[in-house]
Amino acid sequence: MQSVKYARANTVDEAVSLLSDNGSAYVLAGGTDIIVAARERTRQVDLFVDVKHIPEVMAISFDADAGLTIGAATPCYQLYNNDDIKQHYQCLVDSAVLIGGTAIQGRASLGGNLCNAGPAADSIPSLIVLEGVATVAGPNGRREVAAEDFCTGPGTSILTQGEFVVSLHFPAPKPNSGARFLRFIPRNEMDIAVVNAAASLQLDGDTVTQARIAIGAVAPTPLFVTAAGEALEGKPLSDETIAAAAAAARDAATPIDDMRGSIVQRKHLSGVLTERVIRGAANRARGVEA
Amino acid sequence: MSDRMIVSTNINGEPVEVLASERDSLLEVLRDRVGLTGTKEGCNNGNCGACSVILDGRLVNSCLVMAAEVDGSDVETIEGMADGENLHPLQQIFLEEAALQCGICTPGFLISAKALLEENSSPTEHEIRYWLAGNLCRCTGYDKIIRAVQKAAETMNA
Amino acid sequence: MVTTDKKYKVIGSRPIRHDGVDKVTGRAQYGADIQLQGLLHGKVLRSPVSHARVKSIDTSKAKALPGVKAVVVNADFPASPDRLDEDSAKLKWLMDNILASDKVLYVGHAVAAVAATDAHIAEDALALIDVVYEELPPVLDVQDAMLDSAPLLHEDLHTSDIGGAKSDKASNVASHIQFTKGEIAVGFEEADVVIEREFETTMVHQGYIEPQNGTAFWNQDGELTIWTSTQGLFAVRDSTAEILRVPVSQVKVRPMEIGGGFGGKIPIYLEPVAALLSKLSGQPVKMTMDRAAVFQATGPTSGTYMRIKMGAKKDGTITAAEAYLAYEAGAYPGAAVGAGAMTVFSPYDIEHAQIDGYDVCVNKPKTAAYRAPGAPASEFAAESVVNELAELLEIDPLELRLKNAAVEGTQRADGAKFGVIGNVETMKAAQDSPHWNSELEGPNRGRGVAQGFWFNIGFESSAYAQVNADGTVSLVLGSADIGGTRASLAMQLAETLGITAEDVKPHIVDTDSVGYTMVTGGSRTTFAGGWAAYEAAQDIRRQLVERAAQMWEVDADNVEYGDDGVITGPKDDEGNDRSIDFKSMAGKLQGTGGMVVGRADTNKTSSGPAFATHIVDVEVDPETGKVEVLRYTAVQDVGTAIHPAYVEGQMQGGAAQGVGMALNEEYFYDEKGQLRNASLLDYRMPTTLDLPMIETELVEVENPGHPYGVRGVGEVPIIPPAPALREAIYQATGLRMPKLPMSPRAILEKKLEEGS
Repeated sequence: MQSVKYARANTVDEAVSLLSDNGSAYVLAGGTDIIVAARERTRQVDLFVDVKHIPEVMAISFDADAGLTIGAATPCYQLYNNDDIKQHYQCLVDSAVLIGGTAIQGRASLGGNLCNAGPAADSIPSLIVLEGVATVAGPNGRREVAAEDFCTGPGTSILTQGEFVVSLHFPAPKPNSGARFLRFIPRNEMDIAVVNAAASLQLDGDTVTQARIAIGAVAPTPLFVTAAGEALEGKPLSDETIAAAAAAARDAATPIDDMRGSIVQRKHLSGVLTERVIRGAANRARGVEA
Repeated sequence: MSDRMIVSTNINGEPVEVLASERDSLLEVLRDRVGLTGTKEGCNNGNCGACSVILDGRLVNSCLVMAAEVDGSDVETIEGMADGENLHPLQQIFLEEAALQCGICTPGFLISAKALLEENSSPTEHEIRYWLAGNLCRCTGYDKIIRAVQKAAETMNA
Repeated sequence: MVTTDKKYKVIGSRPIRHDGVDKVTGRAQYGADIQLQGLLHGKVLRSPVSHARVKSIDTSKAKALPGVKAVVVNADFPASPDRLDEDSAKLKWLMDNILASDKVLYVGHAVAAVAATDAHIAEDALALIDVVYEELPPVLDVQDAMLDSAPLLHEDLHTSDIGGAKSDKASNVASHIQFTKGEIAVGFEEADVVIEREFETTMVHQGYIEPQNGTAFWNQDGELTIWTSTQGLFAVRDSTAEILRVPVSQVKVRPMEIGGGFGGKIPIYLEPVAALLSKLSGQPVKMTMDRAAVFQATGPTSGTYMRIKMGAKKDGTITAAEAYLAYEAGAYPGAAVGAGAMTVFSPYDIEHAQIDGYDVCVNKPKTAAYRAPGAPASEFAAESVVNELAELLEIDPLELRLKNAAVEGTQRADGAKFGVIGNVETMKAAQDSPHWNSELEGPNRGRGVAQGFWFNIGFESSAYAQVNADGTVSLVLGSADIGGTRASLAMQLAETLGITAEDVKPHIVDTDSVGYTMVTGGSRTTFAGGWAAYEAAQDIRRQLVERAAQMWEVDADNVEYGDDGVITGPKDDEGNDRSIDFKSMAGKLQGTGGMVVGRADTNKTSSGPAFATHIVDVEVDPETGKVEVLRYTAVQDVGTAIHPAYVEGQMQGGAAQGVGMALNEEYFYDEKGQLRNASLLDYRMPTTLDLPMIETELVEVENPGHPYGVRGVGEVPIIPPAPALREAIYQATGLRMPKLPMSPRAILEKKLEEGS
């Protein structure tokens, strides 16, 4: 492990000042990415700022009108054990049960997954389609950033020195809506996504009133594919519109060849997964099993 | 020695104060500073589960926890699983069902399975396999491990 | 299903293994668990480039870092004598692999090592060592390496060809071997159909969960003690002594528990380095590899390029079989192509055959044994063609195999003749199995079957067994226990003495305390170690008979040791039976002449070849190419199952590794020779979710070369999974996969290519 120091923050302001004043300081939430990066020296880490003792950063609160607020460092297992999230934000559960394995989920958080800004991050497509907004605290106060605007490249985000994500907010669930996240991996668990995708739909009868589709692991950042949503919105959901949405996702994807997947494979899977998450989201919108 | 600090925790129910390095992980502290070598290093990046421990009641990979983080916390390791001279049913049944060969992954599997049965006392085969997917075994092909967990669940529910 | 009808008291039962409690409580001491006074931590600096001359190494800054106690490079080894023979070439290669001298030959090649008071400081010190490399182009593909234009790894390596000839030019091809039987041209003439196929497999790793370790203390009196997780204590002792130029008697190897080996913990990597660091620092030094180093710099198995051509008559008789096997040796010669050639067609009696094998150096780590080394690749290729022949001839794949099956007396292409074997028996048991007789229903599903063969070795084992006053027996062994063998050896001793397994206390001891024992590997331990346990027990029986005779003042010829552990003698003057059981006799030994110790040093070359038949059902997602293993049955001739649960465990574990090798495991090298997936995240071994329960059927065809009929069981089960899966995938998708692994990517791309 490289030479690194540790400090515990008890308030958001304390965390901001520790992050501002200490060279390459990083938030230590679940640690499942940053500890590995520090150990393998893929990031220079001078200071770990442990935020898990700041109540706001670890809390879950749900209100049927205001929506859901999750502290950024809340571990995944608390999400899939939470009745409100299981009932109203199933898509977040889809992601949370897939990140790493059970022991990783004992620590890893959505905030950490977002800030690590991996192109294949398993939470970000879900955050995007659920209209997630990150509350960022920094030396200049707080600001809000939509999930789809957060990542700027592989491993990089809009956060500047001294800033960190305090919480994530999701609007209240709309009637007749549903969302679904799926990931394709070569094994059945423990892998980084070759491709992942999420869709959220709101239906009025058979007509799609709102559709948001996001795909990951096929570009330098997770992609919010507005063209795919447009292929569905305002029309009855059908095999044709779904195929059009899938085609839009394939077009938007700009994958690379690497040890996890090939361009040909990823392009193809972009379409396949988009179709599958749309159908899953539609089923949930209709109150049926995904 | 400028990177040294004192970490105060409860390990297997006993208060322990360790002089650790700020660079140490919980795994390194357990093995190299406290002398509890039952928890193993297989990969040091959260992909094999050999370092599984229970931290504040939750299953975690101890290679992905910094020692400094556990100041004030409770840690349960394999060394605390037996109750005096009585093995935990999982330990006993793993032996009876030959659910180990080289045994290096066994502490991790036992801790993970213990955490599973505390959360879900009657898991299906799929639920067992899903929960344990982060624990790699290269010797057994998992068959006898899964059967042992099923049998332990039955025994513990009886 | 165990078919033996011999009645044993201990053999065939399932006692709890003697080391079990320690292993489930975390008390068992594996190599990395050792704690010693004044222990230093050692770390290795490894080459970041795949092929280069080492121009200079400057360790001065590392030596100056506070906390660093010693730094070593290859030049710190004692100089090897100036000889040009083959043995000294091998020694130079061994030493160079442990610490590079003039060249680095793969990314991860060890270049220097540091010992410090703290593992973090040792790691910091590595960054302070300056190495200047002159990079050379790497060669990373076995076929490329065989070209005249290929960059050479060793400028003094010439190909040893058939008949002992050596090539004029230097080459990456270390050797070419050939086996022939009959006349291949005649065989193909006689065939009605001929199938010829090319196959490739990639480098894969044994994947043991415990990384390599080695701890050494070179005392000021010259005694060197080594603690290590190894499959071969004596091999470690002998190699280390040779490298360090010290007498073998000065080196003691203490075996720690071992967290998996599968052949990969037979070679040595850290022990001589730890020893040197200890000598220079005067303190014990512990070294462990990190997982990336395990992948980059230990001994994976060869990637291969293979061609198989087989001809058969319409009635299914295979008339000719030809194989071209090119195996990657890695950085130094020694690929297991010989074993690949000896096994490729061996389940069958074929009149005409020719097998050519090539041992080829490439800029990858030096390969080591991996569970039936060489055979999973060659038999994958041959069994795949046998399955294709079955389809072409419209003959059931097991019927085709039975029609051509090798039996007792069949001669293999490499010349050896089979003794009593269970080849036909496993095929028939597979035919009778519930799995084979069940319907596989549903779209995108398929079933495949394949056969496997592995020879298993014998060689030296030692044991001694001391009878304790309380009737227990301490069994002292030199065989590292990687899978439960200490229990099976204890059981064989117990069976021979007529006592219980629980009354035998097995101990695996250091190299000073027991006679020479060959490595635990080659599926030899239960067989050869069993022979040693058996003979040690026979020695005890003889001595107890003599002692009883002495006690009763009768002729030893009239005293008998019964298989139930009761010693009986002639009736006494009053006409009473004289008998004494083992426990009571043990209690009397001290007073009648002293304790009794049984000894055995055995060397058995007659091995018990093993055959296996595996059946697998899969479902393949047509849109993603992902394979789900639905059902798996492993049938195997196990000789006599000493401890059936651990025999089942070997079958299941071997099958799991075979499935991994078939579906998702592979080394990804980029064009510069960087191993891109040197972690357990991207080197994809099966998890609990990737396998179903693995049904096992134990067929017992006793090996006449062992008192209890034991055959080796550990290795053959890794062989059938890949060809069985290839066939199942074909049945499910219509795709014939030419390469391993048959990953979702490979299947999807082939499907898109073929437009199906």
